[in-house]
Amino acid sequence: MKHAFYLGVVLLGTWLLWSGHYTPLIISFGVASCAVVVWITHRMDTIDDESVPLEHVLAIAIYLPWLCWQVILSSLAVARIILSPKISIDPGFVNPKMSQKTDLGEVIHANSITLTPGTVSVELHDHDILTHALTKKMADELMEGAIDRRVDRMEGGS
Amino acid sequence: MSAVLIIVSDICLVVGAIFCLIGALGMLRLPGFYTRLHAAGMIDTTGAGFLVLGFMIKAGLSLITIKLMFLLLFLLIASPTATHALAKTAYRNGHEPYRKDGPSSSS
Repeated sequence: MKHAFYLGVVLLGTWLLWSGHYTPLIISFGVASCAVVVWITHRMDTIDDESVPLEHVLAIAIYLPWLCWQVILSSLAVARIILSPKISIDPGFVNPKMSQKTDLGEVIHANSITLTPGTVSVELHDHDILTHALTKKMADELMEGAIDRRVDRMEGGS
Repeated sequence: MSAVLIIVSDICLVVGAIFCLIGALGMLRLPGFYTRLHAAGMIDTTGAGFLVLGFMIKAGLSLITIKLMFLLLFLLIASPTATHALAKTAYRNGHEPYRKDGPSSSS
């Protein structure tokens, strides 16, 4: 019930931000369509912590800036490799540990790896992610498990 | 809009464009399928990210900025998913990755 309520609030907020037309008629259309969506979602029985991860919003807000900084750092590293006169890379596959338990945590972990230039998640296994890394250094940094620890903290930090 | 904001947004746009260019160059220069994915991934994270950030500063505090923010959010979810799908498909079909001291892949 709590999740359904928050879903409605989030939908309505999103709708108001996207619309930009604030006349009574249009707003009532928005309220009605949000209510219908919440009702349909409730009937589909898909309202849970995974579709409405409100316990994790704060943790994600802390995690995102760190991830952005990592993306910028490794972008510079990849750019340096591409721009150097002689390309020196040492690509290969590694299997960093994945200790997340929920689907959401696993998706965030794998997508974080892919977002960071120089590493691409290839296949998810039960407890690790098959990852392709551009250089040995990037592979080593990934194996230190900074992303895993932070995503884990976010998953647990409700 | 103040001169400082104009300069900051211009810098963001230029940086984004440079990263797109470097990514495209990387797709041409790097050997093998998987390594080229890394360059392509840089275009749609860092390149597109800085471009949208520049547009957001240019738009100021308005509904357009909110829409650009959502655009960035969708990009941050959609582009790694697409990259992952490509890599996984290549891996499942037994595509031989480029290795520094092994038989190099043909593509």
